Amino acid sequence: MALRSLMTRKATLGLGLRGLQTFSLPDLPYDYGALEPAISGEIMQLHHHKHHQAYITNYNKALEQLEGALAKGDTTSIVKLQSAIKFNGGGHINHSIFWKNLTPVREGGGEPPHSSLGWAIDTNFGSLEALVQKINSEGAALQGSGWVWFGLDKESKKLVVETTANQDPLVTKGQHLVPLLGIDVWEHAYYLQYKNVRPDYLKNIWKVINWKYASEVYDKESK
Amino acid sequence: MGSFCYHTFPASSHRLVSDFSQGFKSPKLPYLSNQQERWFSRYQGASKVFAYYGLRAPPYKLDALEPYMSRRTLEKHWGGHHRNYVEGLNKQLEKNEVLYGCTMDELVKLTYNNGNPLPEFNNAAQVWNHDFFWDSMQPGGGDMPKLGVLQQIEKDFGSFTNFREKFVEAALTLFGSGWVWLVLKREERRLAVIKTSNAVCPLVWDDIPIISLDMWEHAYYLDYKNDKGKYVNVFMNHLVSWNVATGRMARAEAFVNLGEPKIPIA
Repeated sequence: MALRSLMTRKATLGLGLRGLQTFSLPDLPYDYGALEPAISGEIMQLHHHKHHQAYITNYNKALEQLEGALAKGDTTSIVKLQSAIKFNGGGHINHSIFWKNLTPVREGGGEPPHSSLGWAIDTNFGSLEALVQKINSEGAALQGSGWVWFGLDKESKKLVVETTANQDPLVTKGQHLVPLLGIDVWEHAYYLQYKNVRPDYLKNIWKVINWKYASEVYDKESK
Repeated sequence: MGSFCYHTFPASSHRLVSDFSQGFKSPKLPYLSNQQERWFSRYQGASKVFAYYGLRAPPYKLDALEPYMSRRTLEKHWGGHHRNYVEGLNKQLEKNEVLYGCTMDELVKLTYNNGNPLPEFNNAAQVWNHDFFWDSMQPGGGDMPKLGVLQQIEKDFGSFTNFREKFVEAALTLFGSGWVWLVLKREERRLAVIKTSNAVCPLVWDDIPIISLDMWEHAYYLDYKNDKGKYVNVFMNHLVSWNVATGRMARAEAFVNLGEPKIPIA
């Protein structure tokens, strides 16, 4: 993977002074079917291979167009490209976090958090159940497409539950917010399996949530 | 009447209209039956009144749009999503007497609240949007519009091909959930292709919708997965009802003057 990105960087260094870096689809740290029955292999394959890839492809395209517009000083185009960059770049950021937020049961998926994150959750929300309840109700109530986040406010050191619309990253809700867990509630994330019953998807996804990753991020960012 | 009302008698309107057309599924009235309620208000002097809306069925059987839109999709989309919006709206209206007595069109505009939507807006608008969407399609649809509609499209877009391109492009460049519309803009007196997010519909800007396409993922995911392009093209080629569009244009011309009438010279 590292070799691949090194090669793309070398290949593009020839073009322009900026040496535009292109982005590529990160590999999943588990098989497509490894999260069954919480999330079906069919969904994982489509979600990773088609949707996430599409965001990356369009992100690269938008960046390329941006480079051209910057070189020409074409302010109109520079501003017009912002929404495409926010949407597709956001999609890339959010999904890259999402894959790390999930892990198969046999590798610790669903195991509740301990030590510092566990205590922080109890302090901020009362209990893990209360936190899960809050995340699920906010996720179910979200209209349209978006994400529900469990994050840390680096400034106030508080844990928060937030939602963002479309592919807006968590940081759009607060510049000091760091995502610990994100759950994709776009319909493509669950429709083939759960149809329109989003609450069932939210109930089941906790069986494969990677609390170990969330704890690591929390420990790192709360110093 | 300022608002554009597509139905001749609004079937999805509040219950004092006693003619509930075929395919109407009665909502579960939680407290009293219709008869009991009428008795109650007559003898108690008009106390608590509720506005209830019903789920109107599409004007075709659920498998009539196969193979372009599967029965499974119709069952989930109409029977699940659309039904949930109706039931959600009824629950909200129970608690909010101020919204009593509106037609669906009026309710949508009222709850939009000039850009600061009330909580009821999402359900109200989505009920309206889906009613409109089912009507915008027909078995054996697609092909091209004729006569007045075609003339107006050619006038405002140059050609039908150009309009189709714009429509497809709008559908494919929509970020997130939303709808694509062919509308008649009231002020500008011309047709336009617009896209809206989530539940927003052109009624809120007082424009007159002619055709709509649901681009929420639930509309196409079961049939086409993430292949939006195929879904949109299938809609344009096989589902869109230009007959309905013609009817809507004809009504629209009662409210919007689209040009000088051709008065024959003696």
